[in-house]
Amino acid sequence: MDLLSNKWIVNVLICCFFIGVGCNSVEKKIYVHLNYTVPCVRLLNATHQIGCQSSLSGNVGVLHVLESEDNLDWVLSKGPNPPYLVILEAALFTRSIMMKLKNGSNRVAGVAVVAPNTNPTEPFSPYTTCPNENTGVYTEKYDPAYAHCNVTVWNPLGNGLAYEEFDFPIFSLKDDNDTQVIRQCFLDHNQVVNGSAPQYPLCAMQLYSHMSAVTDTATCMRRNDINFSISPEGVCDPLGDSNVWASSRPINTTQKGHKNSENVIIAAARLDSRSFFFDIAPGAQSSVTGFVSLLAAAHALRNATQEAPPNRTILYTFFQGETFDYIGSSRMVYDMENNQFAVDLDNVHSVLEVGQVGLRSDSQLWLHSDPVSRRNSSVNDEVRKLIENLQVASKDLNVTVNQPQASQPLPPSSFQRFLRARPIPGIVIEDHQSVFTNRYYESMYDNAEYLNISYPSNLTADEQLEHITETATALTEVATMVARALYIQAGGEESRLPSITAEARLVTRMLYSLLIKSNNSWFQEIIPSEFMSRLTEKPTNFYVGVANWQSSEPTFLVQYLLANLTGTVVNVTKEDCQHQREDDKDKESHHLYHYMWVQGSVPPNGTQRESFCVRSTVHLSKALSPAFDPLKEYTSTEYSTWTESRWKTIKGRIFLVASHELEVSLRQSG
Amino acid sequence: MTASVFFGCTFIAFGPAIALFLFTIAREPLRVIFLIAGAFFWLVSLLLSSLVWFISVQISNKDSAVQQKGLLIFGVVLSVLLQETFRFAYYKLLKKANEGLLTLSQEETMPISIRQLAYVSGLGFGFMSGAFSVVNILADSVGPGTVGIHGDSQHYFLSSAFMTMAIILLHMFWGVVFFDACEKQRWWAVAAVVVSHLIVSCLTFQNPEYVASLVPTYIILFLMGVWAFYSAGGSLRNLKLCLTCKDKDFLLANHRPR
Repeated sequence: MDLLSNKWIVNVLICCFFIGVGCNSVEKKIYVHLNYTVPCVRLLNATHQIGCQSSLSGNVGVLHVLESEDNLDWVLSKGPNPPYLVILEAALFTRSIMMKLKNGSNRVAGVAVVAPNTNPTEPFSPYTTCPNENTGVYTEKYDPAYAHCNVTVWNPLGNGLAYEEFDFPIFSLKDDNDTQVIRQCFLDHNQVVNGSAPQYPLCAMQLYSHMSAVTDTATCMRRNDINFSISPEGVCDPLGDSNVWASSRPINTTQKGHKNSENVIIAAARLDSRSFFFDIAPGAQSSVTGFVSLLAAAHALRNATQEAPPNRTILYTFFQGETFDYIGSSRMVYDMENNQFAVDLDNVHSVLEVGQVGLRSDSQLWLHSDPVSRRNSSVNDEVRKLIENLQVASKDLNVTVNQPQASQPLPPSSFQRFLRARPIPGIVIEDHQSVFTNRYYESMYDNAEYLNISYPSNLTADEQLEHITETATALTEVATMVARALYIQAGGEESRLPSITAEARLVTRMLYSLLIKSNNSWFQEIIPSEFMSRLTEKPTNFYVGVANWQSSEPTFLVQYLLANLTGTVVNVTKEDCQHQREDDKDKESHHLYHYMWVQGSVPPNGTQRESFCVRSTVHLSKALSPAFDPLKEYTSTEYSTWTESRWKTIKGRIFLVASHELEVSLRQSG
Repeated sequence: MTASVFFGCTFIAFGPAIALFLFTIAREPLRVIFLIAGAFFWLVSLLLSSLVWFISVQISNKDSAVQQKGLLIFGVVLSVLLQETFRFAYYKLLKKANEGLLTLSQEETMPISIRQLAYVSGLGFGFMSGAFSVVNILADSVGPGTVGIHGDSQHYFLSSAFMTMAIILLHMFWGVVFFDACEKQRWWAVAAVVVSHLIVSCLTFQNPEYVASLVPTYIILFLMGVWAFYSAGGSLRNLKLCLTCKDKDFLLANHRPR
């Protein structure tokens, strides 16, 4: 009968009408979906996996809001309805509680941490106590006395939580209405009344954050290469991005390897940071203060290096991925050793690195150096000269520079990777004498609030952009000192020093844009139009992320900032600019310069932006660990082997669960 | 874990209907065909009524809750009337088909009686109606959660399953009574079927007072069942003979020794 075949066509066209007004209205009665879910993800290296994992169909647990550490035994032993999903306030997110939960993990389905709106009073650093312990310069080979932070434990407040492995999901929730719904659900259904167990139905939560990769990097990279199916699925990706570098004098970048006449001073800073949770890394004190000072110094030096160029070239380098065993700096050193970079290690005269400089007490800065390489007298002399130059530079400024104890090693810094290759004289500028003063090193609380960057409440966004905060003023002093020191170190004349000053207006704009909101009028002017959609309304995320074709937000922001601050505007058409040439016949400029077509500002009486071309010496260099490319040594101990797992869904929802007995009886009656 | 809820509710809702299908219909291909055709007719009536409802919702004011509720009541009433109309249309179609089947078949008697057709078409209506009532609820019952976080009653799945079972059986009884009334030109009986269908559908507006909607529905189910039994030619005597396995006609028809 024809009716039969017609029936199936009609069937497909009809939606459910009988009871509800939509196909998923029943689902709405059951589940409340969480809007803001930030997971902790799994990272792998040559030997370990760290981070969190959930089961493929999500982890379901009965909600329990933890009141104190003693309340943990309800979750771990006494509670009658395991597994539990524990809701922690930020103050309870400590190592002892998390380790107990990890050990009782058959009764723990997951953890959700409520991130507070203001920083807590207790220090919190999920990083290890000895950052990048095995990939710095202090190994057994170099000097066993200094290996493994024997002499100075740099991050004593670190609890190492970010480097533990958890087999349940850990999510971060904002302290907002959604979280209030969760707390209310707990109070309504799961409260313990007079010591008796709460009655079904109970409030429960399900978290999905299944990670595909396991064991270690070698395993997951091997699994990436399996090509059975038509659409092969990768399981992990190496971490990496691009380093940003620029030179005070143009260098031929097409010709790689040693350059005979070049003597280069490397002015380094790091770009990245991390926290326990994925894609949240404000990194204010740990990285932003350092590279913002260096950017302001580069701007201060623009005129001086063009009008009266010193003998040596200054190479401003901003390294990505330093948090994860020095990805960026190890790659640059490798490229220099293998003639893949514009200069090589023989061209490097000295290194000046700007580290954490935001929390100076008494306006003091400390100049750290490496005692082992200074045993060589020629290196020692150069280091002394550099220190003298820094002291000269800091005269007349609200900055005093000191040296820490002579036997103290270098703090974790990109300079250590250069030292690992050969003994180069260098100094790392920090605001701490020995251990870090940063109480929230590499955590989600290392933000603008920690640096005391605050604005009066009645300012608009544009006014906040221009308002000069005290932190900005302090950092400007540091930037001026760095600029002047670099100029003298490069062989410039001391008489020009007073004209080299950093601008507080510039520093405060950079701090606002990077720590508060990147989608503002100034940033919109200095980037090309295709990057407009990548500016956000939130603080910039400095997590290095996986190495893909697109650079992350901090990388492209610093790239265009550096171009704007050290480059010149040239009168070149858009087409020529995008083809890296001054005019039709120019074939030489692209060896020396890099041209960028940027949006520009909107004139007061018009609507179209006046775009222009910026010519600068800013280049990107790949920051992917040599262990992946080209060496493919995934168990390397020399280089960073960090990878990030892939995942499918990250979500969470809350609902009520009925008792097991009720459900079984339902099935029986059926 | 709540796969148990899923299976439980499925068996509660469809259990009796599937049992009836397996024991009385599955062996006769002609009955199966008419069952599926009956299901199709119900589907078409649902299509038409949902089309009308959809258009009226789009035209209406979406913010006014009173209007939406009124629209829902209108939709339910319209759907019931359309279903009964299509039942009548199916009856007419089957009468015509019966004559055609008689000329085609080689036997002299009709291969299927109008009473069997009534039963089978009613069950077909019931299956499709039950499927549309309950399948989306069953799909959501597989997940780990149960209804209640916004304050709704916990017994949602259970009562939906029982209601669906009642509706399926009711459709079957209505089919029998309806066809019988059409045969004997008793229009008051037809009206009674339509009215009882309207009553049962409107009782669902009592939800979430599940007692208030389920108990009257089951009472109506029982009454309709008794009525259908009598209109199909049953009587207490037949019932006794059947239950003690002494009914000669039944035994002969199934070739089973006493």
